[in-house]
Amino acid sequence: MSADDPRRIDGVGALSVLRRGLAASPELSAGAWQTALMALSVAGSKLLVPLLIQLVMDLSITDGGVRMGRTVVLCLVALALVLASIQLGRVTYFRLVRTAEDVLLGLRTRAFAHLHRLSLAEHTASRKGVLTARVTSDVETLTQFAQWGAVAWIIDSVQIVAVVAIMAVYSWQLTLVVLVLHVPLVPILKWMQSRQLLAYEELRTRVSDTLAIVSESVHGVEAVRAYGYREPMRRRIRNAIDAQYDQQMVAARYFSLVMPTADVFGVMAVAAVVGTGVWWGDAWGISSGELVAFVFLCNLLIAPITEIGEVLDQTQTALAGWWKVLDVLDTEVDLVDPVVPVALAAGPMDVRAEGVEFGYREGGRVLHGIDVVLPAGASVAVVGETGSGKTTFARLLARLADPTAGRVLVGGVDLREADPDDRRRAIRMVPQDGFLFDTSIAENVRYGRAGATSEDVDAAVAELGLTAWVEGLVDGIHTRVGERGEGLSVGERQLVALARAQLADPGLLVLDEATSAVDPETETTLERAMERLAAGRTTVSVAHRLSTAERADLVLVFDDGWIVESGPHDELVALGGVYSGLYASWLGGTRDPA
Amino acid sequence: MPPQVTPAGGTPTESVTRRGWRLVRRSLRLHPWVHAAGIMGANVFALAIVGFTVVVGRITDEVIVPGLDGEGVPRRSVLVAVAVVAGVGVVRGVSVVARRWFNMLATVRTQRTWRRAITDRYLDVPLSFHQARSAGQLLAHADADVEVATAMLKPLAFAMSVVMLAVASLASLLLVHPLFALVAVVMFPTLTVLNRRFTRAVEAPAAAGQAAVGVLSGIAHESLDGVLVVKTLGRERDEVERFTAAADDLRARRLEVGRLRSTYAPLYYSLPQVGIVVLLLVGVWLVDRDAASIGDVVRAMSLFSILTLPMEILGYLFQEMPRSVVGMDRIDRVLAHPPEGRPSGRGTVAAPAPDTVPVEFDDVGFAHDGGPPVLDGFDLHLAAGETVALVGATGSGKSTAVALLAGLVPPTSGQVRIGGRPTTGLGPEGVSETVATVLQETFLFADTIRSNLLLGRHADDDAVDAALAIAAAAGFVSELPDGLDTELGERGVTLSGGQRQRLAIARALLRRPEVLVLDDATSAVDPVVEAGILEGLRAPSIPGGGPEAVGTPTLLVVAHRLATIRLADRVVFLDEGRIAATGTHEELLEVEAYVALARAYELAGGHR
Repeated sequence: MSADDPRRIDGVGALSVLRRGLAASPELSAGAWQTALMALSVAGSKLLVPLLIQLVMDLSITDGGVRMGRTVVLCLVALALVLASIQLGRVTYFRLVRTAEDVLLGLRTRAFAHLHRLSLAEHTASRKGVLTARVTSDVETLTQFAQWGAVAWIIDSVQIVAVVAIMAVYSWQLTLVVLVLHVPLVPILKWMQSRQLLAYEELRTRVSDTLAIVSESVHGVEAVRAYGYREPMRRRIRNAIDAQYDQQMVAARYFSLVMPTADVFGVMAVAAVVGTGVWWGDAWGISSGELVAFVFLCNLLIAPITEIGEVLDQTQTALAGWWKVLDVLDTEVDLVDPVVPVALAAGPMDVRAEGVEFGYREGGRVLHGIDVVLPAGASVAVVGETGSGKTTFARLLARLADPTAGRVLVGGVDLREADPDDRRRAIRMVPQDGFLFDTSIAENVRYGRAGATSEDVDAAVAELGLTAWVEGLVDGIHTRVGERGEGLSVGERQLVALARAQLADPGLLVLDEATSAVDPETETTLERAMERLAAGRTTVSVAHRLSTAERADLVLVFDDGWIVESGPHDELVALGGVYSGLYASWLGGTRDPA
Repeated sequence: MPPQVTPAGGTPTESVTRRGWRLVRRSLRLHPWVHAAGIMGANVFALAIVGFTVVVGRITDEVIVPGLDGEGVPRRSVLVAVAVVAGVGVVRGVSVVARRWFNMLATVRTQRTWRRAITDRYLDVPLSFHQARSAGQLLAHADADVEVATAMLKPLAFAMSVVMLAVASLASLLLVHPLFALVAVVMFPTLTVLNRRFTRAVEAPAAAGQAAVGVLSGIAHESLDGVLVVKTLGRERDEVERFTAAADDLRARRLEVGRLRSTYAPLYYSLPQVGIVVLLLVGVWLVDRDAASIGDVVRAMSLFSILTLPMEILGYLFQEMPRSVVGMDRIDRVLAHPPEGRPSGRGTVAAPAPDTVPVEFDDVGFAHDGGPPVLDGFDLHLAAGETVALVGATGSGKSTAVALLAGLVPPTSGQVRIGGRPTTGLGPEGVSETVATVLQETFLFADTIRSNLLLGRHADDDAVDAALAIAAAAGFVSELPDGLDTELGERGVTLSGGQRQRLAIARALLRRPEVLVLDDATSAVDPVVEAGILEGLRAPSIPGGGPEAVGTPTLLVVAHRLATIRLADRVVFLDEGRIAATGTHEELLEVEAYVALARAYELAGGHR
């Protein structure tokens, strides 16, 4: 929570956010002057009424009676101006909205594109949610701000300045009175705002606590019942709901006070204006029309001040959100495309790792001095405990990250020099989670190669012997796979991923086998499909299956970031080292002791 | 204090406004006094703003005009004027505080009431309710729907004072001159019509915009969730294109809303200005004919400059109404589900068994609501202390048998008996006195390891340690920073699948169950460790020791590993909801389908 708190931008001022934001969003400064001028006119139009009142009272209603003709002229002019201001207001408001939407669109798409340029090292599991939030909820807080807060800031601050300016023209003395009376409001509002901010921050924590506990009661419904945990659960939920309620009422305190406080200050200003104006008015040269206009002007100050008070909170959240999105744009891209790309040949490719090391920016090194040569066309199994570095090694082969030292050569080409389009075609990794897009199986397979036709898709499916499986599905190859592919079983998702790889026809295949249990029926299909896919390619499998390791030409045993053993299965078993230990424990669970 | 939960009872064909008012009445009944206080504050406010304009008008006539244009006024009059303005201002301010506070109190209390009612119902409805709905949906009812259903209450008190405001201002204007009242009567209904028209016009585009936000964030989630696949496929550019198209669409929808708003808003906010100019014109004419004073005109004008606010509030109420009604409907649908019948004599169920307890499935059938049978004619008797393995392909009904034994779901036909008592009479709580079930999906609460093991019961540390030892969990637990008091979950440590399963087993053992059910409960545990656990389970003494120590529990195991299956006294082979064969593993090797499955298990085995 605290790490991803949208408000925490300690020591960053609004101005520096604005400066950085302007640089990142050219849409913001386009036509800014014109917009500002229009906003000024719109705010100015609000002053029409007090001005008119003053003019009519002082010019039309004189000691000698009322001059009706003059009144009619003044009123008609005012009416015309009001109507013009409506039209101007429409154009200005829409302009503001359009600018805001242009800025948001640009920011959103640039941030999203940048996220996809970052290497896998930035997309760690723990940061996944955070990154998604950058282009969704963080930009949304900006949207809400753009729709109300930003417009309020522009129009309101212009209005305040304009009102004060007119006041000063009428009487600088009375203006001083009004300003002095509003001075204490600034620290009071600021204090209330900061308390309110804290209260809402605390409230958000309470809300997520409630959600967390309700979510437990729903996700764990079977466990709750099977263990007679229903009543304690009920108490815990109730406590969370009550704590949320208590905090809502703490926040309500400030919600109830902020607006009326500003209002009361406004009224006090009116009282003071009436008192001092009548008492010293003659000396200060103030007419009755001007004083009445002043009273109306005071009212025109209350609304924008209150509104700015109300959007302060939103402003802070929005600035923090903006800052974070800008941070995304400033994250350095760590996988740089080569200046002079080298082509990769078709067909099976050999792999050579020379002194390869890898470490994450935070946390220690996970690979140390890996030197290994994998001949073209070989099938290689990589085994080791969780955290031994075997998956990282596999990822380096597909250039999902670059080694921090040493180099990886595929088909004799350093991956950093290889043509990116060639690389994507010639090296294909099949990750273990079998993530699929929420569309049909056909479409998911087609993603395997740009420009593939549906005949190509069918062919790839057939080549792996999956036609029977596909035909058994509700809508055949057009069956939708659901969110993340969860409409299919883990094993079935893997089948789709394999067909996708087959379509690409890579020279180097990197397979990360699934760890979770696959049902036996699918298992058989999967085994066969994998065998066919591997034929005629260099294959590196992060092996979780005993059979994969047994069949491999070469087994690499990883331990704590080092390759500790390598060789064919039989040799390693005979060696009696790490691998033979792994093998024994594997056997223990799966084979009937002969 | 059970909440007054009466279903809405409104038919969907009824107009939204009528259903909205019904919802208002229902909320008022729920917390009448708090609402009353808020509405009272709002009405005082209505009187205060009209009063304020009267004061300003009189001060113009009696203090400002004579003071500046005439012969001057006494000091006392000025002081009184200042005091009266300040006084009315304070009353106005206090009334706003009262309105906001009590109205918020009423809203928040109503939210609490619905939240409690909904979450209570989640705990009490049959399991089938949960199986038919996604967790996200259930969470939305308790969170977003409650917010939406009560959104209408926020402007409620203010809106309830609009009548008072209308009456008071009309009266005030009539007192000045009927012509002023006429301008108001033309003006304010026009504002209301404008507001309603805007609200209606914007409804569809606003909803489309909301939907576009959903689509966009769906794409972002999918794309970044599957970033590994996106990268391995080299689809970054396509993904950016897809996202940009959705963002473009969102922008277009939002611009549509913006266009509507920019058409209506300036008109709406400037109409009172038009009214004021007209008032001024009429007013000056009346002053000329000595039918009104300047103060009267000022008073009428200042009233006009205030009256847009309550109109907006009324508009806001009507805008929220349809959403609130829909939200409340969703809540009512949850509350309409009757709680599961609970056995009366809870907690007094299991007679202290001197020995272990037999389990009987007697011609049991089970089907989900009108679906095909999942279990059919399932007959299985487990003798006390016996170990039985349930084996079958995916979807053969193994997990259903487990859920039936745990009392989580009632059988559609037949009976499940534990120690001779049918589970339907015991309920899950009653069953859990005797049976401990380790479910396929290990569920650990975001709490300490100790609380997760005890789950509201009491046991001393020795018993906990003994259970952990048998479940092969003692080692890793002692290595955690805070041992048994280590927090799990989002804010605590994350355990591996195997570790979680071992804790779940320890949790079951700690209850010293007479019957222990393991539903594929060791799938993520290393085979060697698993064998050790199973050996420990079958040892005659279960943790806690002491005089009332029980014998070997009756054990039902759903298994995928041959090593596990081989430990069973008896293997029951399930095929499509029916028992296809029973016997020892060796005996079943005669059955062709069983052999095929066993071979597949062997092939798939060794997952680490």
